[in-house]
Amino acid sequence: MTGAANDFVRERIDGLPPEHKPFWEACARQELTAQRCDDCGRFRYPPAAQCPNCLSENSTWQRLSGQGQVYSWSVIHHEFTPAYPPPYNVAIIELDEGIRMPSNIIGCDNADIRAGMPVEVSFDEVSDGTFLPRFRPA
Amino acid sequence: MSNNISGKYCIIGTGATSWGKHPGRSTESLNIEAIRKAISDANIDKGDIDAVLCKMPTTSPGLGYSLAIAQRLGLTPKVTGVLDQEGATMVGLVEYAIMCMELGQCEVAVISYADYPRTGPNKLAPAPSEVTPFGWLGAPSSYAMIARRHMSEFGTTHEQLGAIAVAFRKHGAMNPNAQLQKAITLDDYLARPWIAEPLRADDCCVVSDGGGAIIVTSTERARSMGVEKPVKVLGLGQGHPSWDVSYRETLTTSGAAVAGRQAFGMAGLTTADIDVAQLYDCFSIVPLITFEDYGFCAKGEGGAFCEGGRIEVGGELPTNTSGGLLSETGSPGIQLIIEAVSQLRGNGGERQVANAKTALVSNQGGIMQTHATMILSTEGPF
Repeated sequence: MTGAANDFVRERIDGLPPEHKPFWEACARQELTAQRCDDCGRFRYPPAAQCPNCLSENSTWQRLSGQGQVYSWSVIHHEFTPAYPPPYNVAIIELDEGIRMPSNIIGCDNADIRAGMPVEVSFDEVSDGTFLPRFRPA
Repeated sequence: MSNNISGKYCIIGTGATSWGKHPGRSTESLNIEAIRKAISDANIDKGDIDAVLCKMPTTSPGLGYSLAIAQRLGLTPKVTGVLDQEGATMVGLVEYAIMCMELGQCEVAVISYADYPRTGPNKLAPAPSEVTPFGWLGAPSSYAMIARRHMSEFGTTHEQLGAIAVAFRKHGAMNPNAQLQKAITLDDYLARPWIAEPLRADDCCVVSDGGGAIIVTSTERARSMGVEKPVKVLGLGQGHPSWDVSYRETLTTSGAAVAGRQAFGMAGLTTADIDVAQLYDCFSIVPLITFEDYGFCAKGEGGAFCEGGRIEVGGELPTNTSGGLLSETGSPGIQLIIEAVSQLRGNGGERQVANAKTALVSNQGGIMQTHATMILSTEGPF
């Protein structure tokens, strides 16, 4: 990615609400994590102060398996930002822990992406210390 | 309880600006032009209006919008306010107006919306989202996720999405007020570039400046005012999946499932009673799923339902007869109510559906996160 692209990703991550910070700090360690409710045991994403299941304030960040499958995806042909020249893909990954995350599929032709395709996390360093959790065919 | 008021309230007037470009106009002036036309269409005095309800312009959200509209109308309303259900708001405001009338707070409501996303300044700042670092930007990308999931679960095809675009563009070509008046063939559709696969340019709504307004009152009051053909509100419903596209339980069922059951239940009608439909079509996949959720066909069969001219004027269920968001205007929903009223009054011109007595309207918004349903008819109680 170019310098402008790095800035784009960094600025988008820095602009997220404070609850997101531990997720991206873990990504910098190349660890995929999510909050797990200490009271009802549910994983949750996106990050939030309370559990949407039981509204408990108590949670612990836990490392995830990084294994999942493609839930849906789109190959984008419109240039929304110079940071992402088309065509590129965006995807929803359904993780084995039962939560979904937005991402990109790498290591695979866009034409070969399918719903239900098994994937595993792969960290891409897009600028110094900034890692995006992307997914490649498992 | 809710069945008691089916038909008790009605729409007596509609008005709209032209759709397309309005450089240099304020959103307030577009609202007032549409309201002035609706007052004239209803043949009432401006002073009869005692409720002013608006949806905030998407490009310039701010507090107190309906107050500014009341001032420019020279009115001091008993009831006013805005509602945010994204694209479901216009039907939501009909519900709010009727509730206030049931409470005895007002008798004649004007409901309006106007915006200038094509030529005006866009002050809408998108909320920060965890999807954007991955380059997931823009509504087409999100609706593409829904369309792709529907294709993966049910085998829905590109040609079936294309049938929807072809139908609504055909209707737009029959509407002298449509922003896009150019019919396309399925081959034209398939040759168009992708925006976000599986959505092509013709799967996405147009972007339009302009505004529309409707006037709602009780059927009894309409009769006393000598309204010739009040269009009665027989059914109303709402249901909101709410969650962001990545996280909700299913991407292939919309709020139409809940909202439709409420509206058809209140009206005491079934899908077989609908003569003409005006369904929110910000993207082609939306009416396809809406047909399924209202029960016109089984879940997964929406693609096949839309093929073979069934949803075109002259077909079994003419839909979006003015061209919808894909052709007439990308305005979020008021035009669908206006066209339903026009069809039921027999004012559809070249695109008039013969003997149209009962119409179905859907409004929906966000990324298929909100939904409202309204059934209108010239028949029924009251």
